[in-house]
Amino acid sequence: MLNQLTIAELTAQLSRKEVSAREATQACLDQIGRIDSQLHAFLSLDAHDALAQADAVDRAIAGGANATAQPLLGVPIGIKDVLAVKGAPLNCSSKILGKYVSPYDATVIEKLRAAGAVVFGRLNMDEFAMGSSTENSAFGTTRNPWDLSRIPGGSSGGSAAAVAADECVATLGSDTGGSIRQPAALCGCVGLKPTYGRVSRYGLVAFASSLDQIGPFTKDVRDSATLLEVISGIDHRDSTSLPQPVPHYRNALTGDIKGLRIGLPKEYMIGGLDPEVNSAVQAAVKQLQSLGAEIVEISLPHTDYAVATYYIVATAEASANLARFDGIRYGQRVDADDPLALYSKTRGAGFGDEVKRRIILGTYVLSSGYYDAYYLRAQKVRTLIRQDFLKAFEKVDVIVTPTTPTAAFKIGEKSDDPLQMYLSDIFTISCNLAGISGISLPCGFTSNPRLPIGLQLLGQPFGEETLLRVAQAYEQSTGWHKERPPFSAAGK
Amino acid sequence: MEYEAVIGLETHVQLKTKSKMWCGCANEFGAPPNTNVCPVCLGLPGVLPVANEEGLRLTVLTGYLLNCSIPSFAKFDRKNYFYPDAPKNYQITQYDKPSTAHGFVDFEFAGGMSRVRITRAHLEEDVGKNFHFARNSGVDFNRAGVPLLEIVSEPDLTSSDMAYTYLNALKDILIYGGISDCDMEKGMVRCDVNVSVRPVGQKELGAKIEIKNMNSFSGVRRALDYEIPRQIAVVKAGGKLSQETRRWDDVGGITELMRSKEQAHDYRYFPEPDLMPFEPTAAWLEEVSRRVVELPLARKQRFMTAYGLPAPDAETFVNDVPLADYFEQVTATAKNPKAVANWVINNLRAKLTETGTPLAEVKIKPADLPDLVALVDGGKISSKIAQDVFAEMFATGEAPAAIVEKKGLAQVSDTGAIEKLCDEVIAANPKSAEDFRAGKGAALNFLKGQVMKLSKGKANPGLVGEILERKLQS
Ligand SMILES: [Zn+2]
Repeated sequence: MLNQLTIAELTAQLSRKEVSAREATQACLDQIGRIDSQLHAFLSLDAHDALAQADAVDRAIAGGANATAQPLLGVPIGIKDVLAVKGAPLNCSSKILGKYVSPYDATVIEKLRAAGAVVFGRLNMDEFAMGSSTENSAFGTTRNPWDLSRIPGGSSGGSAAAVAADECVATLGSDTGGSIRQPAALCGCVGLKPTYGRVSRYGLVAFASSLDQIGPFTKDVRDSATLLEVISGIDHRDSTSLPQPVPHYRNALTGDIKGLRIGLPKEYMIGGLDPEVNSAVQAAVKQLQSLGAEIVEISLPHTDYAVATYYIVATAEASANLARFDGIRYGQRVDADDPLALYSKTRGAGFGDEVKRRIILGTYVLSSGYYDAYYLRAQKVRTLIRQDFLKAFEKVDVIVTPTTPTAAFKIGEKSDDPLQMYLSDIFTISCNLAGISGISLPCGFTSNPRLPIGLQLLGQPFGEETLLRVAQAYEQSTGWHKERPPFSAAGK
Repeated sequence: MEYEAVIGLETHVQLKTKSKMWCGCANEFGAPPNTNVCPVCLGLPGVLPVANEEGLRLTVLTGYLLNCSIPSFAKFDRKNYFYPDAPKNYQITQYDKPSTAHGFVDFEFAGGMSRVRITRAHLEEDVGKNFHFARNSGVDFNRAGVPLLEIVSEPDLTSSDMAYTYLNALKDILIYGGISDCDMEKGMVRCDVNVSVRPVGQKELGAKIEIKNMNSFSGVRRALDYEIPRQIAVVKAGGKLSQETRRWDDVGGITELMRSKEQAHDYRYFPEPDLMPFEPTAAWLEEVSRRVVELPLARKQRFMTAYGLPAPDAETFVNDVPLADYFEQVTATAKNPKAVANWVINNLRAKLTETGTPLAEVKIKPADLPDLVALVDGGKISSKIAQDVFAEMFATGEAPAAIVEKKGLAQVSDTGAIEKLCDEVIAANPKSAEDFRAGKGAALNFLKGQVMKLSKGKANPGLVGEILERKLQS
């Protein structure tokens, strides 16, 4: 089945003209048609447009186009509902945007198109990327393909579930505090959060501007490297994108990690860590050691402050970023006699509870009299957290941790307890605060039920080559990434 | 007890850039509503601002012109408030690290020199414009995102006239520096006033009251002329003033309460995460500093001392920079710059207007105006003939000496020839000659005119006068 292939496998078959791009896209559409009513990874998709793009690729291939010049030629890629795609709905899984359709393409979408991808679908997420379970979507929860009674993680739950269940060959998501790595871990696929500034944020609806990065969900590490290479690079439309040259990430996948130093932060061995997750990660560490890496214990002393710091910085930025959704220029409006009433009614009706909670929190921490105690202090702690990492990277090349404290939890299990929900991001948040790179990849399963466990590797700023090299060496030596959820694989 | 006013001004000026501050849309007044807009300046989901380099340059250039220091680190912040004209519901501005700080403006006031200190001039973005119709309202976002400089003065002003004069001096500087066209009609300059009163001799400031909504400098003056006596009256009557914001009602000529201190906005400023801090390099600053121009006041003083011009002439050149540049170019070789200035201001400018000729297309060669002046000063032609020569120079671009030569316009200073003409005129006008002898001095002018007419204007008028007088008195 073409939808089960990796980018590397599919582009190889396409270039040998064994299959067509239309067949590949159709295979994805078929899989979606077969399972998505249960999985609910997609909010919407335009099958006609997807097939038209695929046909255009087939004509291009007939005309001599090839995957060397266009590494995603004919690859169907699903898009999280937080990225602007020209002519497509853009809702951020919120009611407030109503029937809004984006009039422009995000920079990453332009880059995907230029690389030959078939860009399609709107993937479910927590409303405005705020959440860790996709339960905060205004349009229903996405299910975990390994257990439909469980959450897929979030906020990019739809993107993770769609790749894990072979509805797409790859997808894009966004990661503000773990929103790529956490669902990738819980769904059993590879999720990469690039270094802050590596990928242009133009066209990404901002949650927390200083933390957000766009990144890929893929079936293996090689595909992650391929997709990262396509979407990376400085963009004159994003002042925070950085000019570092984009390496050929796939060339970094040598399989050789002999002599690399891998750090184990002692602060990450916390009480709430699930024993099965712990043993899977310990086994992964041993595996890396057997591949020739040197394991070094390190300390990230400010780890305990990361969650609090994150919820101050992220909510402060969000309170301003989400101010534009006011019903004046676009989206769903609830009319009233004066502007203030119009705002209150529109935003009261349009935003969900978690979004409101974070806007209120962010407004509070920026308020006169509280700014110094909260926002300013959080920024100082943030600097300390970044310094922790930079200091650690003087001793090690890559840091290894669990991606999440537990495997996927049940739908509804934590939705009434925001603090418990916030703690599910405890291992992923620091990476965004420090602006470094991180990846999650499968490293085993819990026994009963059988649920994926994620291994998180953290790399230096712009250290994605080393990060991918270690990840791929581990992945190829274990094969966890080849496991597929019985739900989506069944009924071929 | 005597009271005095303490006034500070916050002046908002639109920068003269081609495009808006964060996007490529035209910075242009008067386009149909919502035509100079794009996803960025409409605040659509997912967009990001990118700083317009020229906006940054003009900000720093303003700093130089206002004698400010340019901090090596500046940044942008978000100022949060909800209003339909604000597309993002926050305004990008510079809160605690502005691009320029601590300057001053010197200007002539009340027969002397005054100085107002400048607290800061910081860069921000303009907002859209609300329109209210019978049943609904609309917003035009053409103006949203236009670069706006907020120039904040220290409370160094003491009267409405002084505020008015300062604003005009500031405006002249900004127009001079190419910072802004400062067209009030097009809303390019807007001004808020902070004013308090205190007993003369008291150090502490009174309650600061902000006045908004003045749309002209004279509006500022009128608002202050209303507000200062109002505040003094309140205090004199034993009342207490408290910090508040008032709105100027231009039609009613009064200020009215807009919001009290308790109702003041909490703007929740925080650093703009979408923009990098602005840390200009020495080379970048050097490039901007090369655009610094001579300020109006300095220019006026220089024209007065270097060329010996009277103040009104110097001011004319301050107000008309191209004409002044032309003057400086042509007068480089002149022995009598004051006379050249006269020709430029009185004759050339009139001709330009009369014929609709742009200054750049003037045919007169740079050295020719001083030559014309020299011909007059040397007695070669009369100033009346010089007018004709000038007209010819303007029309053809020919040198004055050539015109005089060609048309035989040289002044006749040959005493013999003039004596002959005088004799003829006296003989032909015995009545006038008699009148003069009887003590009617005016008759001499008539006779003089007749001689000049007979000579076709070429006779040296000084000589004519002398000779006539001598002949009539003999
Ligand atoms: Zn624009």
